[in-house]
Amino acid sequence: MTPKIALRDIHKAFGSKHVLRGVDLEVARGESLVIIGGSGTGKSVTIKSILGLITPDKGEILIDGAPMGRDRDAFLAQFGMLFQGGALFDSLSVWQNVAFRLIRGRYKMTREAAREVAIEKLRRVGLSPDVADQFPAELSGGMQKRVGLARAIAAEPEIIFFDEPTTGLDPIMSGVINELIREIVVEMGATAMTITHDMTSVRAIADKVAMIHNGKVRWSGPVGQMETSGDPYLTQFITGSAEGPIEAVR
Amino acid sequence: MVLLRLIDDFLASIGRSVLNLCRAVGHLTLFVAVTLSHMVRTPIYPREIGAQMLRIGYYSLPVVGLTTLFTGGALALQIYAGGARFNAEAVVPSIVAIGMVRELGPVLGGLMVAGRVSASIAAEIGTMRVTEQIDALTTLSTNPYKYLVVPRVVAASVTLPMLVLVGDVIGVMGGYLVGVNRLGFSGVAYIQNTVDFLVLDDVVSGLAKAAVFGFIVAVMGCYHGYNSGRGAQGVGQATTNAVVTASILILAANYVLTEVFFSA
Ligand SMILES: Nc1ncnc2c1ncn2[C@@H]1O[C@H](COP(=O)(O)OP(=O)(O)OP(=O)(O)O)[C@@H](O)[C@H]1O
Ligand SMILES: [Mg+2]
Repeated sequence: MTPKIALRDIHKAFGSKHVLRGVDLEVARGESLVIIGGSGTGKSVTIKSILGLITPDKGEILIDGAPMGRDRDAFLAQFGMLFQGGALFDSLSVWQNVAFRLIRGRYKMTREAAREVAIEKLRRVGLSPDVADQFPAELSGGMQKRVGLARAIAAEPEIIFFDEPTTGLDPIMSGVINELIREIVVEMGATAMTITHDMTSVRAIADKVAMIHNGKVRWSGPVGQMETSGDPYLTQFITGSAEGPIEAVR
Repeated sequence: MVLLRLIDDFLASIGRSVLNLCRAVGHLTLFVAVTLSHMVRTPIYPREIGAQMLRIGYYSLPVVGLTTLFTGGALALQIYAGGARFNAEAVVPSIVAIGMVRELGPVLGGLMVAGRVSASIAAEIGTMRVTEQIDALTTLSTNPYKYLVVPRVVAASVTLPMLVLVGDVIGVMGGYLVGVNRLGFSGVAYIQNTVDFLVLDDVVSGLAKAAVFGFIVAVMGCYHGYNSGRGAQGVGQATTNAVVTASILILAANYVLTEVFFSA
């Protein structure tokens, strides 16, 4: 079966800094992949390459076995993305952010209907309807993150990327979000790629885990085999130990 | 040996600057070409265009009005003093009108709007760039050129002529106030003189200039914001560059347009 997403030998350098040095990765349809790895190893760059926001220097990215065609907007319509920093539009209110895709383009809902959907999505990420008319700058960091999450899932895309969905959230809210991501994969059949540093999230969200180190996928496999992999890099990472092959200064 | 090295370095630095300039011009040309191509293709965002017209045009009215008011007044004083040297004080109304409508209205209006609007556009779009809002737009299947750049460029090109028209009237008013109250002109004669002397071409050429300046202001703001470097420093640099390049381009374009309209 062709994988939903396939990355083949992706390379990317910024100036003299070689960030990705040959990433190979496959995600099956309806699977939830979690990417882990040290800070600055190129996890966000990997996801942005798939979306075409960053053009790799070398390599191939295939969605359903085909590269991105000429119609970029149609291509992107199947994706949802939660940015690491939220990236909410600060000139628009919260509900307009969440409903951004619904009120234009192929969906073209009325504003009233789109607002209803937005409020429903906000509820799913644990935000009350009062925030709908506030502006992003008036919200706390964790609330902004959740609005970003609501925006990513609003149009029920087939493929969803979450860049650190639980960073900056309290433990209870993290649990809610982990459950939500799991639900989206199981109930909506979406394919998900999540970046996280939170090992609780990894265990809650992942079908499959990939660890990026030194610009390559160091280890990948089912989440159940993570503890018994015998890979010293992965073991050091998941136990959070200062001792091991991964240097603390990078 | 040392001398040779110095000459070598010197030439290399000239070469580098020229190359950089060429690269910037090429980059900008491409930006303008892409913007123009998106202007004529759907979708367009009328709501955005309206919001930008309000922001760029309406809210610039006080700035442009005050600028032309004082300039019109000062112009009347200067021309009166200069005209007195060869007993030609009577030219005040006509020269104020010509100077205002053909030259000072559009140029001062353009420069004031460059300071106000280029800077704010560059800061806004630059911030959107560094906080990944532009990437977010793209992933939401919305082209940033269409959603951000085109509305600003259209709004500025359309509203600056309107602003300048208002500015022209206020500038002539400034001349009138000084002429009547300080220089002893009769009010009716002043107005009569102005109206008789001005021809349609004077006004139209001034407004055409204004449209071009509006285009320059918005394009420079968008271009520098869109290509802003990373972080707050990158945005600050983009803002400065937008205002400086917009101002210089306005003055250069003004010369070229004046040559085109009036040299024959
Ligand atoms: N647009 C860019 N220009 C230059 N360098 C960049 C750019 N984007 C990313 N980088 C560099 O690429 C490297 C990887 O960045 P990336 O954001 O992918 O890290 P990450 O793995 O997501 O880290 P974190 O877990 O801290 O978010 C970093 O060293 C960063 O400085
Ligand atoms: Mg990251």
